[in-house]
Amino acid sequence: MIVINVNGKDRQVDVDPDTPLLWVLRDDLGVTSVKYGCGEGMCGVCTVLIDGAAERSCVTPVSSVGKGKVVTIEGLPEDHPVKLAWIENQVPQCGYCQPGMMLQAVDVLTHGKDLSEAGLASAMDDFTCRCGTHPRVLPAMKQAAATMKKGSKS
Amino acid sequence: MTASLTRRQFLKNGCLVLAVAAVSGGVTLVNLSPASAAANFKPHAFLEIAPDDTITVWVGQTNLGQGTQTGIAMIIADELDADWNRVGVRMALAADVFKDPKWGVQLTAGSTSIRHRWDLLRTVGAAARLMLLRAAAEEWNVDPARCSTKSGKVHGPDGRSLSYGRLTDAASRQEVPKDSPFKNARDYTIMGTYRRRFDMVDKVQGRTQFGLDVRMPDMLIAVLARPPRYGAKPESYDEKAAMAVKGVRKVLPYDGKVAVFAETTHAALKGRDALAVKWSKGDVPDLSDKYIADLFGEKMSGPGAILSQGDAEKALAGAASVIEASYSVPFVSHAQLEPTNCTAFVEADRCRVWAPTQGQTASLQAAAEATGLPVDKIEVMTTFCGGGFGRRIESDVVTEAVALSKAVGRPVKVMWTREDDFSDDVYRPASVCHIQGGLDAQGDITAWRHKIASPSIFSRVSPEAVKDGMDSSSIQGLDDMPYKLPNRLIEYVLVDLPMRVGWLRSVAYSYNVFTVESFMDELARKAGKDPVAFRLALLEPGSRPHKLLTALAEKSGWNTPVPPGRGRGVALTDCFESVAGHMAEVSVDRASGKVTVHRLVCVVDSGVSVYPDALTAQMEGGAIIGLSMTFNEAMRFADGGVASTNYSGYPLLSMTQVPEKVEVHMIDSGAKAGGIGEPSVPTVAPAVANAIFNATGVRLRDLPLDTSKLKKA
Repeated sequence: MIVINVNGKDRQVDVDPDTPLLWVLRDDLGVTSVKYGCGEGMCGVCTVLIDGAAERSCVTPVSSVGKGKVVTIEGLPEDHPVKLAWIENQVPQCGYCQPGMMLQAVDVLTHGKDLSEAGLASAMDDFTCRCGTHPRVLPAMKQAAATMKKGSKS
Repeated sequence: MTASLTRRQFLKNGCLVLAVAAVSGGVTLVNLSPASAAANFKPHAFLEIAPDDTITVWVGQTNLGQGTQTGIAMIIADELDADWNRVGVRMALAADVFKDPKWGVQLTAGSTSIRHRWDLLRTVGAAARLMLLRAAAEEWNVDPARCSTKSGKVHGPDGRSLSYGRLTDAASRQEVPKDSPFKNARDYTIMGTYRRRFDMVDKVQGRTQFGLDVRMPDMLIAVLARPPRYGAKPESYDEKAAMAVKGVRKVLPYDGKVAVFAETTHAALKGRDALAVKWSKGDVPDLSDKYIADLFGEKMSGPGAILSQGDAEKALAGAASVIEASYSVPFVSHAQLEPTNCTAFVEADRCRVWAPTQGQTASLQAAAEATGLPVDKIEVMTTFCGGGFGRRIESDVVTEAVALSKAVGRPVKVMWTREDDFSDDVYRPASVCHIQGGLDAQGDITAWRHKIASPSIFSRVSPEAVKDGMDSSSIQGLDDMPYKLPNRLIEYVLVDLPMRVGWLRSVAYSYNVFTVESFMDELARKAGKDPVAFRLALLEPGSRPHKLLTALAEKSGWNTPVPPGRGRGVALTDCFESVAGHMAEVSVDRASGKVTVHRLVCVVDSGVSVYPDALTAQMEGGAIIGLSMTFNEAMRFADGGVASTNYSGYPLLSMTQVPEKVEVHMIDSGAKAGGIGEPSVPTVAPAVANAIFNATGVRLRDLPLDTSKLKKA
C-alpha cells in the first residue's frame, strides 16, 4: 500500500511503486482531469502541482511522491484567479490540455521571477496545445497575475 | 429502441418539444407533443422548452472546442426570441435526424455544422416562436398580429405578457407552421454578440468528460501491439510474460495486431511491452524519407490526369516571359492531444459505444458491421473530444472497441498510445508541385500550368470518387482559386504509398494555397507589381475576394512604410464558402536564419458572423496551427515505418514562437453562413513565406520552411 496526499486528502492505493502518478490518479483515484498526452513528459497535459511545483505526472513514479502534496485542478478553489482569468478570456477550445496548462500557470505566477510577457512565454514554452489557444494564454496569465498580486497585498 | 429511449427522455409533461424527423426528401419539423407520440415517426428533439422556462437545444454536432454547440444554440435562440440566460445545450445520441441535410451523414467536418444547417436551425427557432405566439393569442383571444415576442416572453395588447414556460402546454397543441419567417440580420439580438461558451466553466474546473475518461463497471482497458512497419505481421509474442503482469486479464490476436486487456491502463501498457512481439519485415521495408522523395520525383516526370481551361500550353509558348518553380510539402499529423480511443459494450441484443467521434454515422455503421446487429440496436454516445482536426472522422477505433468488447463479453476501452497515434494516423498528404506562369508585355498573367503529385484521400475512403485518375480533393485551391486567369491547366499525378492519408483541417487548401499564393507573389515580382495590386487586378471588383483583400490591405496597413528590417506578405483564399486572408510581418536574423513573426493580421468573411468570439478563437487557432505547419511540422519515415512517433520528434508550435500580435477582423458580407474552422489555416504559410521573401529576397518553397537558407555567410 502506498499513501499519497491528493487535494488535501490522504489516499491509499494498492499499486506497483513504479506506476506513474498519472495512472494512479486517473485509474485508481478517478481524478480524470489529469490527462494522458505523450507519456514522456513532453506535452504537459498531465501536469499536477506537487508541493506547489508543476510536475509531469506521466513520468513521476507514484513512489517518488512521498509526503508531497499533490494538487490537481479540482484542488484549486473554483474562484482561483487563474481559473477566473481563463473563463474571462475564454481560453480553452477543446479543453483537454487546459487543466495542466492552468496548473503550470499557477506555478509560474506564484514562483516565477520574470513575469514580463517574454518571461511568461518562456515559462510556458514547454507546453503543447493543438487547438492554438496560445494567443489567449498570456493575456489570461497577466490578468491572473494582477489579481494574485492584489490578493497577496491585502 | 434508441428512438423510444430518447422519446421517453423528452416527453416530460407540459413541455413544448420541437423535433425534426427524417422523411424522404429531407427533414421535417414535428411537434413532439404526447398526442403525436404514437405517430410512426422517429423524431429526436432539437428544442425543448420546459414549464420552468428552461430551454434545451439538443445538438448532433460534436464538441471539439470550436464553439459550434453554443453557436447552434445562438441561432435557434435568436430566432426564438429566447431569454439567453435560460438556454443550454445537450449532445444527443447519434440519429438520422442529425445528418447533414446536404451530405446525408452525421458528421462534424468540413466546416459544415452551421453552413449546411443555416436554414434548418433558423426554422426550428422561428417555428417554435410562432407556435408560442399563437398560443398566447388564443389564450388572450386576440389577433396574433397584435402580439410580439421578446426575451422569452410573448407580449400582447395592454401590456400583457406570458413567459414561454407558461405557454408550453398550449403551444404544444399548435400546428407546426409551414412557413415561419426568419428575422432580418439587423434584428439579431443574440447572433453577432459576445457570448460565453456553454462548455467553458466545466473545462476550466476539470469536470468535462472526454472519451478517455469514460468508465464502465467491469470495464477492461485494451491496448494493442501494432505493426511498426507497413504490412508487418506478428510472427511471435510472449503471451505468458504479458499475462504475468499484475492486472492483465487476457491476450488476444486481433486483425494483425495483439490486444492486451487489463484492469488498469498501466497494466495494459506493461503487458503490451512484455509481449515483445517479433514482427515480419512488412510490405515496404525500405520505406524512408528518401524513398518517398524519389517516388515523388519519378511521378512528377510521368503523365497525370488533366483539367484544362483555355489553352495554357499555347499561351505559355507565346508569353512575353515565363517563370517556373517547384514546391513541396510533407505529410503532417493531426497530433490532437487526446489520443484515439473508444469504449464499447456489446451485449446479445444491444451495443453501446462511447466515442470521441466526429463521425456518428460512420461509427454506427462500424459498430453494426463489427457486431452483426442492425443499426437500431446500436447507441453511439458522443463524448467531448480532446481535439479532432479530422482524425476523428475515422471509425477505425470504433471497430476495434466493438470487436474486442464482443470478444471478451465485457465493456472495453481501447486506448491508442501517443506512439500508436503518430504511427498510424491518416496524414495530410505530402505533395510536390511544379508551376509555370506566363506574363504578357504588360505583366499580366496569360497562363498558369500547375502539375501536382500527391497521395489520394478518396482512393482510400471512396475509390469511386476518383475519376480517370483525378481526385478532386487533391486539387482543392487549384481548380477553384479565386482569380480569373485566361488559360489554366492542372495536371494531377496520383502517388501510391502505404501510409493512410485523410482529412486534416482545410485539407488540400492547406498546401495548394501555399503554392498558389507563393507563386502569385513570384509572378507579381517578375511583373514588377505590388503583390496586392497584382492580385486585385485578377479579381472581380465588388466580389467577396476583392473586398476581402482590399480590407486586408487596409486593416494591416499594407500601404504604410514597412519598419526597417522587416518584410510583409499577403495571401488570399476562398474556401468552404468563406473568404479569408492573412498579412504577415516578419523579421529575419541573418546570422542564425531565425524568423520572427511580429504581426499576423487576418480578415475573414464568413457571410454572417454568428458567434464572433468563437470565430475569433477559430481564426487564432488556425493561425497557430498554420504557423506550426509553416515552421515545425513534418512526418519522418524510416525503416519501413514512421520515425516521428511522439511530440519530441514532431514538435508543435510553442509559446515563444507565437507572434506578438495575432489580429482577427471580420467582414459581414451578408452572404449565407460560411465555414470557419478550415478557412483559418491556408493563407498563413504563404503570407509568411512571402513576407520572408520581402525581407530577404530569398524564396523558400518547401514546408516546413528551412530557415537555415536565410543565413547570410
